Amino acid sequence: MKKSVFFGVVAATTMVAGAAAAQSTLEAVKARGEVICGSNTGLTGFGAPDANGNWAGFDVDLCRAVAAAIFGDATKVKFVPTTGETRFTALQSGEVDLLVRNSTWTASRDSELALDFVAVNYYDGQGFMVKKDLGVSSAKELDGATVCIQTGTTTELNLADFFKQNNISYQPVTVADDSEAQRQYLAGACDAYTTDASGLAASRATMPDADNHIILPEIISKEPLGPVVRHGDSNWGDIVRWTYYALLIAEEKGITKANVGEFASSTTDEEAKRLLGVEGAGDLPAKFGLPNDAFKNAIAAVGNYGEIFAANIGEGTTINLARGLNALWTQGGLQYAPPFR
Amino acid sequence: MAVASDVPKESFRLSMLIYDTRYRSITIQVFVLVLFGLFLAWLLNNTAQNLATRGKEFNFGFLWSRAGYDIGQALIPYSNDSNHFRALLVGLINTLVVAILGCIFATILGVIVGVLRLSKNWLVGRLMTVYVEMFRNVPLLLWILLSYVILSETTPQPRDFRITDEMAAAGTEPAASMMFFDTVAVTNRGTNIPAPLFDVSLGSVDLGFITLNLTILAYILVIAGSVWVNRRILAGARAQQEATGDRPVTWWKSILVLFGPVIALSVALGLHLEIPELKGFNFAGGILVAHSFTALLIALTLYTAAFIAEIVRAGILAINRGQSEAAFALGLRPGRTMNLIILPQALRVIIPPLISQYLNLTKNTSLGIAVSYLDLRGTLGGITLNQTGRELECMLLMMLIYLTISLIISALMNLYNKTVQIKAR
Repeated sequence: MKKSVFFGVVAATTMVAGAAAAQSTLEAVKARGEVICGSNTGLTGFGAPDANGNWAGFDVDLCRAVAAAIFGDATKVKFVPTTGETRFTALQSGEVDLLVRNSTWTASRDSELALDFVAVNYYDGQGFMVKKDLGVSSAKELDGATVCIQTGTTTELNLADFFKQNNISYQPVTVADDSEAQRQYLAGACDAYTTDASGLAASRATMPDADNHIILPEIISKEPLGPVVRHGDSNWGDIVRWTYYALLIAEEKGITKANVGEFASSTTDEEAKRLLGVEGAGDLPAKFGLPNDAFKNAIAAVGNYGEIFAANIGEGTTINLARGLNALWTQGGLQYAPPFR
Repeated sequence: MAVASDVPKESFRLSMLIYDTRYRSITIQVFVLVLFGLFLAWLLNNTAQNLATRGKEFNFGFLWSRAGYDIGQALIPYSNDSNHFRALLVGLINTLVVAILGCIFATILGVIVGVLRLSKNWLVGRLMTVYVEMFRNVPLLLWILLSYVILSETTPQPRDFRITDEMAAAGTEPAASMMFFDTVAVTNRGTNIPAPLFDVSLGSVDLGFITLNLTILAYILVIAGSVWVNRRILAGARAQQEATGDRPVTWWKSILVLFGPVIALSVALGLHLEIPELKGFNFAGGILVAHSFTALLIALTLYTAAFIAEIVRAGILAINRGQSEAAFALGLRPGRTMNLIILPQALRVIIPPLISQYLNLTKNTSLGIAVSYLDLRGTLGGITLNQTGRELECMLLMMLIYLTISLIISALMNLYNKTVQIKAR
């Protein structure tokens, strides 16, 4: 009795990570019955709760795909909103199993923070948004401007570098989250708002007068955004990585949410058979510790990469982002999945 | 023959540690101490273990690497090439500036409100009650956010100050204009005030990590000297008054001594004001006091002053009615009674709780992060922590610094308390 109380206290405080390390993340997730996914506090199109409190978005769908791959049920996922400041601590301490939250892959995060970026689900770059009537058409004209930046991100470092390289000055206003940055920007307390170009597009989509704001042409950095897991549990990293690649391969082969069942029974493509866990095509998905139809379930739950992109942030949605770098490699983009064999 | 009735010396038995009251308290203390030591050891071990499982090591070397980020309000030279320690210092100074100014303003306002709350004037008394209750009973964070939003939403944008060619031709006024003979501009980003500039610079001395500005030092010395001479003059006047009963006229000497040297120094150094001017997106020149600073200072002052007012009121009420009656009997007017009789005695009741209000205010400055004020919490505990991923080191360092500041304030105020306490022998 005493021992269990003691253990409860310990688990509730700091030993969570220790306990999770002793047990593999997959086992812990299975025992719990749901995946806990670190998400944005609210970035429309990427990860935000809708009016009914259901999480939706480009990043959110990847979490759902992972849940579908493990449990065959895309609803077995819990979303924990994290800010730019709290996200990595939440992941390190074991509060979340994976983090899919517009996080940029950098060397220091891989090494110093002891995290593993397992894939790049969105190739992005930092941009600037200004009001149209400011009369600015290039970021290099922003000399002396007041710029709003979100703290805890790579953007504040890029910003300092960019202004230094171009030998122009600026007044930084470091704000804690996206909504406060938007408020200050809309109130005119800063001339420009800078963050990842996709984030700017998402912010602009929620503004009442979206047409009065322009995103400047300069992209001042490389921001490969992707899902992150803790260092040291390679199998869990592999599961997230290959769930993501499964979505990419699905787009490449034309497997969609609607036709995945039919495709599995009719296809003659050996790679697709292996991916979808068709009987007689081996048990590759099971090698990850997943059910053999894991990736089929994932695709059936959220659709392929192209479908996820189009539904959440693609052209025609309010975010209205072009595929650009995020097109498949066969269409001139960077999204490329290794062979599933 | 006297029989020496020596009490037989009782030999020590282990059970006495529990059953003998002479030893029991020591036993319990040792036991608790051991438990506490074990708890500490477990805590340290747990930390070390968790750091090890995450592949992190504990060291402060990151403080000397390049910070890479910019800080809006830096009172000492700082650029993104400076190291994290420099950023820490910038944050620390920002914290101290708000804390010190906040303590001063809160004390002034608090004393006034506390005295006025006891006013016999019904309206004044009630107004002060409303103020105190309103500020005491709403969380500080809300006051900070409210003042910030009011400042940044109600003030004009810098571009509203611009006079375009068409406006000049049509003779229309811009939407906003500068105040105080066109020297101060309040925009939705901050208040631009004139900056003092000198034709002659006395240069500066580099003392390792702090550069000492000799011009500022000269001013401090001159002002301190003037104040000292003025005190000598007043002391001389008092001595003469006590000896002869006649107080010599000193006001012109005081004015001359207090202001003469400063004016002379300013003329010698060629002091002039640099007036802010609209250039590009913002006002250039002068000093920009960001609204984050102003809002934080206003909110902290108003909030803490409400508490100080209550402390002052309690202190005044603690003074026996007889004291003021005696003062009235001697013919002192109410104002002088307050200043000469009541407040000096009330001080010894007021000072101890006042210390904890100063400590509260200092610690509350860390809420500045809500309005983008980069204090110690914002630099060391915010951006540096995030960019380096050294949570443990940053948090420990930050706690240590806040602890040190608090202990210094506490020590200084306790020293002062000793001087106002009743000297009991």
